[in-house]
Amino acid sequence: MTELTNTALNRTEQLGFIDLSARKRIESLLDSGSMRELLTPFDRLTSPWLEKQGIVPQFDDGVVIARGKLDDKPVVAAAIEGGFQGGSLGEVGGAKIAGILELAIEENRKGNPTAAVLMLETGGVRLQEANLGLAAIAEIQSAIVELRQYQPVIAVVTGPVGCFGGMSITAGLCSYLIITREGRLGLNGPQVIEQEAGVEEYDSRDRGLIWGLTGGIQRFATGLVDAFVDDDVSALATSVRDCLAAGVPTLHRSDDIASPLKRLQQFDTREQIDAQRARFTLTQGKTA
Amino acid sequence: MTAQSKPISKRGGHWFDGLTAGMVTQQAAVPSLRIADGEVAGHACRVLLVQPDPDSHFPRASRGEVGLLEGYGLAAAIDDAIKTDADNPQKRALIAIVDVPSQAYGRREEALGLHQALAAAVSAYARARLAGHPVISLLVGKAMSGAFLAHGYQANRIFALADSGVQVHAMGKAAAARVTLRTEEELDKLAADIPPMAYDLESYASLGLLEPLVEVESAESPSTNDLGKVRSVLVDALNDIQPGDTGLERRLNGVNRGASRLVREQLRTQWEA
Amino acid sequence: METLHFTRPARAAEIQPALVGYVGSGDLEVMIEPLQGSQTEIHIQTSSPGSEIRWRQVIEQIEARISLPAMRMDIHDFAATPGVIRLRIEQAIELASAVEASA
Repeated sequence: MTELTNTALNRTEQLGFIDLSARKRIESLLDSGSMRELLTPFDRLTSPWLEKQGIVPQFDDGVVIARGKLDDKPVVAAAIEGGFQGGSLGEVGGAKIAGILELAIEENRKGNPTAAVLMLETGGVRLQEANLGLAAIAEIQSAIVELRQYQPVIAVVTGPVGCFGGMSITAGLCSYLIITREGRLGLNGPQVIEQEAGVEEYDSRDRGLIWGLTGGIQRFATGLVDAFVDDDVSALATSVRDCLAAGVPTLHRSDDIASPLKRLQQFDTREQIDAQRARFTLTQGKTA
Repeated sequence: MTAQSKPISKRGGHWFDGLTAGMVTQQAAVPSLRIADGEVAGHACRVLLVQPDPDSHFPRASRGEVGLLEGYGLAAAIDDAIKTDADNPQKRALIAIVDVPSQAYGRREEALGLHQALAAAVSAYARARLAGHPVISLLVGKAMSGAFLAHGYQANRIFALADSGVQVHAMGKAAAARVTLRTEEELDKLAADIPPMAYDLESYASLGLLEPLVEVESAESPSTNDLGKVRSVLVDALNDIQPGDTGLERRLNGVNRGASRLVREQLRTQWEA
Repeated sequence: METLHFTRPARAAEIQPALVGYVGSGDLEVMIEPLQGSQTEIHIQTSSPGSEIRWRQVIEQIEARISLPAMRMDIHDFAATPGVIRLRIEQAIELASAVEASA
């Protein structure tokens, strides 16, 4: 009882990030008063494709982008609203993210260091805009690979949606990846795997299995993310600033190729995998 | 229909064999990957193919899917080309032959970070393009979703055979119908008005992502004429790609990409304001 | 999806643009922009078909409690209940009117 009460008390002192809207998420992480949203809802750049399908659009197409500062250094920020169409990425939302990253690249080329923070709550491509969502993701990925040559690109995955589909690949391209216990990261959603591969392969109702393999704790333990923090605004704000201060990594995670390839070539697939084996396989012989 | 009952495509293998005849085969890191180095009309190039490996020890990636080994294998082959040509002003071209039905769907894949394996391939292709390697994709079969992101979508130029067996999409039709709670017939009807949802290549071309379609006699197994035609298309593209042409901007010109252009125009105006 | 338009008499007032809510299941976004004159224009896109009478009732209930400022109001509704709709609209009007209080 005492323990429970203490936890509850601590919770009230924290400001949860998971319940914030995409706009508030950006505002809460950037230096106070530094956020300047671009292409706001009042610009009315809604999806040209959803209405044709009888689906109610959202004025920002589920993506908020902004310029601002972190520790007084210029950054661009983008956040996906997980509550709108499952955080799916369509043409407009995708172009907003790609576009602001492209402008950040130009600033760096001009000699104005500009980093990026991406808050990824997304199921991936919006199927109602299928090929344009996929194309936008390819362009976002290209922009990240270019931008991270100059300045860190930092991704934050806190839930409730998690980061899936093509955008999980995008997360894998970032310089730093921050996750919380409530965050999940994986290429394919559980239902799709179950449909494609069968319930024996992946039971989408088995929450223990899914969280055990793709949840924040496991992703941190397997080294697939860089930081594990509480769902708390100030903890996340500190973590993002730490990543920015660390600068461009010597070797981006996505460019560490030989070692993971060797581990996977040697991996014994005769038995099905569990969380423990995944941790062992991905971390054996690694120095922290 | 489950993935296991779909026929395995041999298209990629046939086109690779034809286009790399006379080139030097390189040892790939994994059996599902084929690599050849050679020249196309004086341009040095490396040709890359992901092909089915029925004996793959990852059972969910044995039918041409892009899985863990394929992602890192591609990355290794491309990274090797980048490093080898680092001091060479003439960067070899990378030519991706694309016939990939999907990414791998499996428990091992998710647990071991398939997204990261595909990120390795995406990164390698993008780094190569940014470093000045001309990157060209040739779509001869399916180019689906995460598999296409990892193998082909970072190219300077994307070519496709004019053939109904060539398909680009974010999700197979059956799965898309289940996820969007529609029937396949409803999807087809919607796709008639919504080009980005369509499964036919002409609709895809209207998005501006493709170079002009390449007409061939046999997409399944290329004739001598077909190979000659594709070679000349590749040569034209290699001559066309200029040293500073390292971005993807040319993809924004499609008839049905007005919103992508509008967003960037307005964003730039506000950025500079 | 259904598109509805309402025009209501309103008082001239200095308001600021405001946005509340989002288009998630059971919720809606309400956007307000200033409008010259003495009318309120309400533009609604809703996922619930055949809901015109219900919307009219909600608007009348709000008018009974608040004197509407002249404005353009845009609503994107994803099957919100009348209670949630009232709440969001009143939040938006309050936010839009904050300029009056601070002026």
